[in-house]
Amino acid sequence: MSAAYRKERLDRGIKARSDDIFALASYRELLYLIGPRAALIGGLLIFPLLRDIIGLVWLNVMLTACSIALLALSWDLLASVGLVSLGQAMFFGVGGYIAGYLNDAYRVPPLLTIPIATVLGALVCTAILYPVLRLRGIYFALITLTLPLLFQRLIEATKILGGTEGLSALDPLPETTVVVYIAIAAVLITLFGFRRLINSDYGLVLKGIRDNDRSVIAAGINISWYKAQAVFLAALPGTFAGALLTHQLQFVGILAFTANYSILPLASTMIGGVGTFAGAMLGALTLVPISELFRGFGTWRVVFYSVILVIFIVGLPEGIFHYVQRQYHQFERRAPLAGDK
Amino acid sequence: MSAVPILAVDRLHKRFSGIGAVYDVSFELEEGAALGIIGPNGSGKTTLVNLITGFVRPTSGRVFFRGKDITHLMPHERVGLGIARSFQMVRPFYNLPTFKNLIIPLYSPRARRIKGGEYGNRDEVAIHLLEEVGFERDSQVPYKMASNLPHGYLKRLELARCLALEPEVLILDELFSGMSLSEIASLLPLIEKIREQGTTLIMVEHRLRELFRIVKEVIVLNFGEKIAEGAPPEVIGMENVRKAYLGTEVGASA
Repeated sequence: MSAAYRKERLDRGIKARSDDIFALASYRELLYLIGPRAALIGGLLIFPLLRDIIGLVWLNVMLTACSIALLALSWDLLASVGLVSLGQAMFFGVGGYIAGYLNDAYRVPPLLTIPIATVLGALVCTAILYPVLRLRGIYFALITLTLPLLFQRLIEATKILGGTEGLSALDPLPETTVVVYIAIAAVLITLFGFRRLINSDYGLVLKGIRDNDRSVIAAGINISWYKAQAVFLAALPGTFAGALLTHQLQFVGILAFTANYSILPLASTMIGGVGTFAGAMLGALTLVPISELFRGFGTWRVVFYSVILVIFIVGLPEGIFHYVQRQYHQFERRAPLAGDK
Repeated sequence: MSAVPILAVDRLHKRFSGIGAVYDVSFELEEGAALGIIGPNGSGKTTLVNLITGFVRPTSGRVFFRGKDITHLMPHERVGLGIARSFQMVRPFYNLPTFKNLIIPLYSPRARRIKGGEYGNRDEVAIHLLEEVGFERDSQVPYKMASNLPHGYLKRLELARCLALEPEVLILDELFSGMSLSEIASLLPLIEKIREQGTTLIMVEHRLRELFRIVKEVIVLNFGEKIAEGAPPEVIGMENVRKAYLGTEVGASA
């Protein structure tokens, strides 16, 4: 006699044909859906409370990881419209410098400089990128690669905004724990916000522009305007990260435009998994701590770090998140055989 | 001519890096008319469509919509006015389920203006449109990825994409190419219905028999020039049209 049950995948039955219709039959199914999200939110929220155990250093690592995560989320949104950015540092730098300048020149308190720098910075970045939005692929990528370098050298050459010395003695933010919480909140809001956005009809238009822009034009949609909106939305987390770190360090210099802020978000998204946002964030929360773990190795650090990157990309080309998600969807449960009631 | 023509093309001229693709083509269309554009391969039919819809800028000449010069409008703005086109080479969003392909045109300002209050759920409108162009009711086909659809269905999806925009002028660029005879036969009533509802129709087509069932006037292009226009039977009888399609005898110069 065969067993009186068959194996059934847990996610079958929960998702009814469409992505956004859920037919929940039990609290276990609810748990299955909410579990991963709750684990992520819970984990992130508890982390800063462990300060006494893990030490202040790791709190600062978390802050860096969150900044990179914000830039990576921003990268992923741009990529979903078909814009490949190699210059995420621009968002970071512009946000940082606007906050720094407002605080340095007019003593605007951080409570105001950060939101102003976030929105104004995103507007500035959108305006700068607007003329090149019609470029695609490698051409757009090259322009974005150049822009942060251009800003760096411009500040150096003209000695505006403190020149090579940067703007220092800026107003500090409250306690680090609070700052980390703000950063974590920003990451979570961006993550869930972008995920919701891209699954809406609006997001469908954005993805349509990436896959087939002429069809979107033929559908009567102004793709330049939509791309500009996407750049603005993508710039927001980047400029916010720049502004937040500027006040945390009480300093902003031309290193805000350094290639690190362009490459790390890109690498994070690659190892985390493109197109899901969760992947971008997981990648950043993996890469940055790994980099920190290797700090003791001195020059060898970059070697180990690069090797790990290569291993990830060769071993899991789809990205951590896609892999984990697939495994999770393959969880099975015992289900009654068809016909048995 | 009493009324303002819905679409007027005035001496449209297009050169691609010195080589002429369309030479001084002019025509006018009354509202509700159905025009066929025919001609041998490479005669500039698709370029003419691209010029009318704004995907290609003319070297000279102008396009009027209801008497208004639209030559400098962007393609999406012309769609907003009600000029919709299908692509000869199908251009679906392959990574999306078929019905989701229609969400994008349904999201356009024009579709939202027209259909906005009428329906709450765009997914339902999309499924409905697919049924209209001949996707089987209650089948799984609308939910399949567009990349899994056979070519005939993709052509119908192109048509549905245009219909989602509630066009006033519908330009079909070789809709029938690559479709089987039975598929074409099943679409003909729909296109006739569209015409009867008052939509102005322009069809670029190689399948003359089917085309002539729908349109009552044609223009013939050859090497970018309009060489003939008129009712289908007379045009087909013209000497120069026959020459353009069948070629002239070579050998005199050899």
